[in-house]
Amino acid sequence: MRALDKKLIRDLKRLWAQGLAVALVLACGVATLILAIGSYRSLDGTRAAYYERYKFASIFATATRAPRTLTSQIKNLPGVLSVEARIMENVLLDIPGLAAPASGLLLSIPDHAQPRLNRPFLRSGRMPDPDRKNEALISEAFAKANGFATGSRFSGIANGKQVTFSVSGIALSPEFIYALGPGELVPDDRRFGIIWMREKTLEGVSDLDDAFNSVSVALLPQTTPAQTISGLDKLLQPYGGTGAYTRKDQISHAFLDSELKQLQAMARVIPPIFLLVSAFLINMILSRLITLEREQIGLLKALGYSSYNIASHYVKLVVAIAVVGVLIGFGAGTWLGNGLTRIYATFFHFPFLIFERNPDVYIIAAGLSIAAAIAGALKAVYSAASLPPATAMQPAPPTRYARAGITSRIAGKLFSQLSIMAFRHMVRWPLRTGFTVFGTSMAVALLITALFSFGSVNFMIDTVFFRTDRQDATITFANQLPPRSLHDVSGLPGVYFVEPFRTMAVDMERGSLSERVSIIGKLQSPRLSRILDLDLTPVTLAAQGLILSERLAEKLKVRSGDLVRIKLLEEGNAVVEVPVVQIIQAYIGLTAYMNLSYMDRLSRIGPRRSGAYLELDSGQLHPLYKAIKTTPLATSIAIQSESLQLFRDTIERNIVTMTTVYVVLAVIIAFGVVYNSARIQLSERARELASLRVLGFTQREVAQVLIVELGVAMLLAQPVGWALGSGFSWLVVQGFQSDLFRVPFVIERSAFGWSSLVVMIAAIFSGLIVVSRVYRLDLIRVLKTRE
Amino acid sequence: MGEKAVFDIHDITKVYRTGDVAVHALRGASARLYEGEISVMLGPSGSGKSTFLNILGGLDKATSGQVLFDGIDITEATDGQLTSFRRRNVGFVFQFYNLIPSLTARENVALVTEISTDPMKPEDALEIVGLGERINHFPAQLSGGEQQRVAIARAIAKNPRILLCDEPTGALDSKTGRLVLDALIDINTKLGTTTAIITHNAVIRKLAHRVFYFADGAIIRDEENSARLTVAELDW
Repeated sequence: MRALDKKLIRDLKRLWAQGLAVALVLACGVATLILAIGSYRSLDGTRAAYYERYKFASIFATATRAPRTLTSQIKNLPGVLSVEARIMENVLLDIPGLAAPASGLLLSIPDHAQPRLNRPFLRSGRMPDPDRKNEALISEAFAKANGFATGSRFSGIANGKQVTFSVSGIALSPEFIYALGPGELVPDDRRFGIIWMREKTLEGVSDLDDAFNSVSVALLPQTTPAQTISGLDKLLQPYGGTGAYTRKDQISHAFLDSELKQLQAMARVIPPIFLLVSAFLINMILSRLITLEREQIGLLKALGYSSYNIASHYVKLVVAIAVVGVLIGFGAGTWLGNGLTRIYATFFHFPFLIFERNPDVYIIAAGLSIAAAIAGALKAVYSAASLPPATAMQPAPPTRYARAGITSRIAGKLFSQLSIMAFRHMVRWPLRTGFTVFGTSMAVALLITALFSFGSVNFMIDTVFFRTDRQDATITFANQLPPRSLHDVSGLPGVYFVEPFRTMAVDMERGSLSERVSIIGKLQSPRLSRILDLDLTPVTLAAQGLILSERLAEKLKVRSGDLVRIKLLEEGNAVVEVPVVQIIQAYIGLTAYMNLSYMDRLSRIGPRRSGAYLELDSGQLHPLYKAIKTTPLATSIAIQSESLQLFRDTIERNIVTMTTVYVVLAVIIAFGVVYNSARIQLSERARELASLRVLGFTQREVAQVLIVELGVAMLLAQPVGWALGSGFSWLVVQGFQSDLFRVPFVIERSAFGWSSLVVMIAAIFSGLIVVSRVYRLDLIRVLKTRE
Repeated sequence: MGEKAVFDIHDITKVYRTGDVAVHALRGASARLYEGEISVMLGPSGSGKSTFLNILGGLDKATSGQVLFDGIDITEATDGQLTSFRRRNVGFVFQFYNLIPSLTARENVALVTEISTDPMKPEDALEIVGLGERINHFPAQLSGGEQQRVAIARAIAKNPRILLCDEPTGALDSKTGRLVLDALIDINTKLGTTTAIITHNAVIRKLAHRVFYFADGAIIRDEENSARLTVAELDW
């Protein structure tokens, strides 16, 4: 090995702590990049493979009752590759051992063939026997949550009829990777399941002999869906078609999409922070090292080493540190990525997982990290390479400090000479002080970005569950019913108060913009399920007109007072024009509301109710559940307290995992920045500090010089970190925005407090390690060393 | 000794500018250094000796004047040309040894032999200066005299045309200084390396073939020394 390389290795050994601190920060960048991109690709790849192998459809539509013969006409529509017509029916389930009623979605599969589209993946058991009426496939998550296996039995009410199910097999479906029950915010595997039965059986249950009410279409490659959709809508309209939609509006697909979008956002925001901080750290360390080795550099040049040799020597040092970081990052990123993909596998239901381990992610991550490290080193390396040998051989001239005029006089009265030493040092090296402040503030910012979501979720829970939807339960009817059926609901045990609602599927249009949404009709002054305006004050619904959520209003580019065209999808696409009267806040879905009586007047079929919000006597829940399970009235009942619990559990479990990761990352940054900056300070000032000791200052007083400087940098970093953190959080909120979910931008004060506290502790800890070296300063040796 | 001039220096000046102040380190110095000779440069500090030596060694460039090395003008050489000039021809010995603290004696010498065309083995160079036994010691484990002898071994290991020594005994006591001077004389005798030594110590001039007296940035006098003494004969 060449002598210069031996020097390199020994330098690395000597600098191991500082080098490792930088390597760890770099590793965080590499790991998060691999984590985000790797998970994105795994999730995307798994989904694509699943869709392809199990024939996930591209277009979906429902009708009330369409004749089977219509399928050949659908097949002939432009762009259509294949068609699967089926029966879909909601079912209210009575699960043994579960007091509350559950709900399910019944889907038909052809009697003697595989479905052409949306094929179930059979995990265990077998397909239902067409000759055994009760046999059914059930979805895996639902089976697991309820302990069902092949041979288990349970019952339910569908289309007013009692149905018994005998489980013949357990399956998964590309249509329900994310399976959300009616009226739920997060999946509840115990209370919602998919049930497949043979066509013959379901025809009987749903009274749809030789007819279907749900159709899926696969498109030929390279066809746009628009033409097919309008053709399909035309064909289905006479049969109660409510308008076809694409994957974009398919709930499972849309949820996965929003998850993928977040991973992409993560890959764009988080790794650059780490790469930037590492570049700064490398710049700090290397500049100092080069100052210390000034004479050695001069000597090497005198011996005939070229500027290029010198530069490559220091670049090698940096690359070596970067390589350590990259390797740690590879390990951590792969491990975390597999972990995250597994979490996805439990949250989303896949029959298999494809771990994408394409080397290009690793190559890109390594390349970016090494490039960032070299970029950080450039200035220092350049200054080393361009040192003229004769100058380099001489000691560097003493640092020039400046008095800061009047402030210096005031400072002289307020602070000790030791503190003033610290301040002048900070002012003398503004760039380094700036880096220290900036690096530390990044750690604070990262923590705020992780912790703010607690505030947002608390705010969301408070708004949704305690201010908006204050009902104890929501009951959804199997079909829309006349208002008088509400009496049946009032008559249920333990029901104090019933507040009806009606939903109406529409295409809402404004100019060329159009959104397919469901309008909810509510009482003029709802008591249970209220609507809040942008200031979160309850809204009284005007006698006429539409109330839109901010998101929907933005998408349609409408303001209060504008007219929108509404196409009533369930009523033969009748068109009405309705004014927008108010814009309100809503966090879930694209929501629109109108006065119930106004809705009834718009509808050609007259007053109808889709369900009701209930206020309940909590002591009477069991009799109520029992009554609902035996009454052919509802297809689902969502219990608000259970939804809330589930929502909290799901969100917080995810947030807690993420927060732990972020805390570790932030601590690494804080430690890396503070430790390095303190070590460099100490190295620069060892002589000065030793002189102070010789002059009779105590170790504690001398340590104060370092501590004051670090302390001031820490204090400056906090507000900067808060500002940056608020900015990052806002970016995250923007990244989360989708038609499904919106996260309110709320940062609780405690998020700022905790972030600062964690970073301060990490900083104090790393600072103390360095300060302890002041206590071990070898006075004689330091003073003898020529700087 | 030899009649061939290795260095032919004509009227060189060197001006350093720091801010508004111009410091004239050399104000027109001329000299000739002959093949195989030992030259000693004497003079008070600030008289321009080190600047003169740095320019000879290609560490620095003259502001005006001409430096001919083997008849070739190095005054206008680029940084790259100066680097290869140093690499091929020059061995340096400094007052403070300037060893790389993280490399052993052998490795410090190897630092040079690795980039030279026809070097000695590092072990042989260290043997010449009497340090064959201590080749695996780090600088911190060696005495000042030993460190300086490692520096000399490093300078000669490439078989340089010229050996430039800036106060090689300046940081050493007289006993150790003698050992170092012994090594330099020995090398000059055995290898015939042209050597230039800067010193404060006027006694050392008695070892030289030729002596240059510096004052105020110029060479005010030079003389040939016909009665050279050995290191042992020096009255230190």
